[in-house]
Amino acid sequence: MATTADTATRPGVTTGRRRMADRDGVLAWAFLVPSILYIVALIGVPFVLAIAFAFSDVSAGDPSFDWVGLRNFEAVLDDPVFWRSLRNTFLFTVVSMVLIVLLGKVLANILVADFRGKWVVRFLVLLPWTTPVALSSISWLWLLDSIYSPIDWVLRQFGALGPAENVYWLGRPDLAMGSLIAVHVWRLVPLAAVIMMAGLMSIPKDIDEAARVDGAGYWRRMFEITVPLVLPVAAIAALFGAIFTFTDMAVVRVLTRGGPNDATQVLASWAFYRGIDGGDVAQGAVIALFLFPLLLAAAVLILRAVRRIEVR
Amino acid sequence: MTGVEEVSRQRRRYARRHVSARIGLYVAAILAALICAAPFLWSLITAFKQNRDLYNPVNNPFLFNRPPTPDHVTYLFTDTAFGTFVVNTLLVGVLVVLITLAFGLPAAYALSRLDRPWSGPMAIGIFLVYLVPPSLLFLALSRMVVAVGLQDSTWSLVLVYPTITIPVSTWLLMGFLKTIPKDIEEQAMVDGYSRVGAFLRAVVPLAFPGIVAVVVFAFTLTASEFIYALAFVAPTGQMPVSTGVPTQLIRGDVFFWQSLQAATVLVAVPIAFVFNWFLDRFVAGFTMGAVKE
Repeated sequence: MATTADTATRPGVTTGRRRMADRDGVLAWAFLVPSILYIVALIGVPFVLAIAFAFSDVSAGDPSFDWVGLRNFEAVLDDPVFWRSLRNTFLFTVVSMVLIVLLGKVLANILVADFRGKWVVRFLVLLPWTTPVALSSISWLWLLDSIYSPIDWVLRQFGALGPAENVYWLGRPDLAMGSLIAVHVWRLVPLAAVIMMAGLMSIPKDIDEAARVDGAGYWRRMFEITVPLVLPVAAIAALFGAIFTFTDMAVVRVLTRGGPNDATQVLASWAFYRGIDGGDVAQGAVIALFLFPLLLAAAVLILRAVRRIEVR
Repeated sequence: MTGVEEVSRQRRRYARRHVSARIGLYVAAILAALICAAPFLWSLITAFKQNRDLYNPVNNPFLFNRPPTPDHVTYLFTDTAFGTFVVNTLLVGVLVVLITLAFGLPAAYALSRLDRPWSGPMAIGIFLVYLVPPSLLFLALSRMVVAVGLQDSTWSLVLVYPTITIPVSTWLLMGFLKTIPKDIEEQAMVDGYSRVGAFLRAVVPLAFPGIVAVVVFAFTLTASEFIYALAFVAPTGQMPVSTGVPTQLIRGDVFFWQSLQAATVLVAVPIAFVFNWFLDRFVAGFTMGAVKE
């Protein structure tokens, strides 16, 4: 290290402090500890608390903590709405993830191409993702309005609906679920496309060109170069998307509030409804806790994917 | 003669195929843009409609059947707390970004450049923290927010949002820092700086593009967060845009549709604009963070 030169040229600083600042081991910890403390205090502690709340009788009106064992779990498991939320959560996640990956790939292919007016197209395409979800959902709430929906108007013009008929997009259980999935997919496809673009661009150009010179066609290059090289990154992105979808409630909350008749309730929205709106913090905590097993599984899968990247 | 004909016919076929591919690309691009922007275009039309035009199911909803009016947009600014929501969002966003950089930048530097044996697992650990979702933590955090006396205050969001932005920003910054050559610090230290000095004066300026990208990304995450804002902050004057607009522009069953849609467009366009400006940097940052050199 250049400690002596330092003190010689910059005499204002004491030697002791200089040495501390030059020792990588000490410095590494000093740089890292604030973040670790922040994360432990505001993610680690509430995480443990969330588990503790599940075994307590904490509520908005009575915040004192009393141990009640598995009573909350029994109450939640006896509730048919919980099971419907669980089923809806899986349905919502699986269907939207399949659509997001497929449409994201299509959109990524469009966005990597070169054409005039690309900036405008990119701007419009990214709007659904960059807009705060609560606000874009408000737009959809109006677009899917029970009486004034322009979609209904178009259908009426084509004679698919009678003169005064309406579809009630958010009012019928199956249609409401479909609408929520459509909005969620619409919102996340741009993000999927951006991540896939990142993956496509990370492939070294010379590999692709070498294969092209060797006479490999589009599909061959796609399946023997592009897909294997992008797969680990894509796998991580997909897992993130799945977790995000599995635990999200914004679209549900703004568009249907879980209705009609809890037909579109998902775990996160049901936990919010019980825990904050209903004030039953303990039961809300139990419901939210059911998100955890999936989280753990996803974390393991991601660790594996990361290790594969590192091996390469 | 036949050879020449053959060549020119093939050339024509190539040209035709090229043209049809271009047309296909443009059609696909325009279609994608229209589908993605449709709700916003619909919002834009709605925002300037008169009530008598809007609430008539027989009218063509895509046209102004009566002259457009700016009244509802004016109403948004004069009679609602929209301005306050925007100020709150900006305040929270700026503070969260500052906190994020203050914590994330040193952490990213420690993990990517100080060569500790534990830096690999630690980096993955921080990455995994991003997976813990708000919907799992909001109940416990809302009790903690009450315990520190920040309930119903914008400050609760300033406190809590860095838990979302620090992990992801650290990850992105690591990607950017890895691309800066190691000699830079060594040279700076030979020139008389300490390691910290070299970090502040040589590395941070070089990482500036990455820092800007992280600032935009963290701000966008903060502006669109919904669950914490909904759970922690109930008074109108303290709400950010993402909860203020959907909860306060609806009174009971009355939706102020035109003002709601105006608010949506007014928030959506600037964020998307700034984000597009920096998109290429994100794409670079994602890739550098994920792929080891």
